[in-house]
Amino acid sequence: MKNLLIIGAGTAGTMLANKLVNKLPGWTVTLVDPEPVHLYQPGYLFIPFGVYKRSDVVRPKSTLLPRSARLIQSRVTALDPERCMVRLDHGQILPYDALVIATGADIDPSQTPGLMSPAWGDSVHTFYSLDGSLALAEKLRTWPGGRLVINVVENPIKCPVAPLEFLMLADAFFRERKMRDKVELVYATPLPAAFTKPKAAQRLGRLLDEKGVKVETEFMIERVEPEASRIVSYDERQVAYDLLVSIPVNAGAAFVGASGLGDELNYVRVDPHTLQSTQFENIFALGDAANAPASKAGSVAHFEVDGFVENFMRYIQCKELKPLFDGHANCFVETGDGRGLLIDFNYDTEPLPGRYPLPVVGPFTLLEESRINHWGKLAFRWIYWNVLLRGLPLPAPTRMSMLGKEKIAS
Amino acid sequence: MMVKTIANIPVHVNEEGFLTDASEWTREVAGAIASEEGIADLTPEHWRVIDFCRANRTANGKSPTLRQITTGTGLPTKTLFALFPKGPAKKVARIAGLGKPEGCV
Repeated sequence: MKNLLIIGAGTAGTMLANKLVNKLPGWTVTLVDPEPVHLYQPGYLFIPFGVYKRSDVVRPKSTLLPRSARLIQSRVTALDPERCMVRLDHGQILPYDALVIATGADIDPSQTPGLMSPAWGDSVHTFYSLDGSLALAEKLRTWPGGRLVINVVENPIKCPVAPLEFLMLADAFFRERKMRDKVELVYATPLPAAFTKPKAAQRLGRLLDEKGVKVETEFMIERVEPEASRIVSYDERQVAYDLLVSIPVNAGAAFVGASGLGDELNYVRVDPHTLQSTQFENIFALGDAANAPASKAGSVAHFEVDGFVENFMRYIQCKELKPLFDGHANCFVETGDGRGLLIDFNYDTEPLPGRYPLPVVGPFTLLEESRINHWGKLAFRWIYWNVLLRGLPLPAPTRMSMLGKEKIAS
Repeated sequence: MMVKTIANIPVHVNEEGFLTDASEWTREVAGAIASEEGIADLTPEHWRVIDFCRANRTANGKSPTLRQITTGTGLPTKTLFALFPKGPAKKVARIAGLGKPEGCV
């Protein structure tokens, strides 16, 4: 028997195990992951505003994986790609014939001086972890108002639209609580604007203005000064806060960096169309763990896995891989008050306006607020647990399609 | 997209003055854009950054990230801000004839 080892039983790893398990005679599928529960990360956005609670976003991993796959609950401490083996927490060595790295991305607040201080969890928060979003929910429940600053430390981050969604949901949340006049919302971003793609900027640029969000652009944070309650950029600009919501540096797993397979943020260097390691042909990376220049988002992992299954079958038959992944991403963007947008794009096509046709439930509106998009986002949680993770087909194309999109010359 | 003459060379630029075709870039064009950006003289340290960005641009002509620049050149972020004041990511991209840093929307 040959062994396919998947490191990480998150979105990508779970979907892959479910899709591959009955297709690989002569192979065993083993997953390694230190966490016993699967986290629905898109739900973190809603927790601070009391829309979701902890039980909405966790499920035991064992109930989501195929019976015939083996799950080892352990951390990977080292990977030796030359000898095709990984070392686990307690020193156990696990050899593999093929390896898929699906360890995702995680926040690393320690990279920003002053961010992890005694103020962490008090006047400094994040919603980029389950514990963080729960603590922030607790904070917002009794917060009297003031200056709320959202700061993206550095790109790329997971779910790049989440900070914008957080701002728009915060605006609606404080309005609902009749205290919007007591809250100042500030968005400090390293990018030159909140919306940078031409069509999105043209259609959505006004959104944050309308919601009274002040945007501090090209703000590259150097440090937090928790005693003075301010963040300071490399060019010595200061932004004062009463409540700081930070999106810390996102990075891949440390063992990836130590193995020599990673880039400057420990993301596995891969071919962007096949997701095969650029260094070892029996190593692949899926989802946020890969350095493909696609968004770090669950939808991307989903579209990657679809093509990867076909390519992995080709790989074990010693056939050449096909460039099956096109960078496709789509995501619902909450804009507050029960409305949302949908964006759909890939490596070559920016988010465009139009309609996104989907049988039965659609069409959704692209780059335009509507109620159905909001319901689509909420319904997606059910789809995630019951359809997507189980590897069942969704009636949506894997590769991006121009169907329904307005073709506008740029 | 329009054509602009920079350092006596006609180049294609977008509405924000970024070159849309990285192959039209020359070192003279870089010098002229740098003066527009308020950098009178490009020192060897400036060139170390510009050359790194040119060599490590993405397949679709985008500049590397600040972290890739600091890792690749060994220059700390603070130095990049001193060399290219007020937003090195955007300034370096423009001077190096590469696309502006962008998010997904």
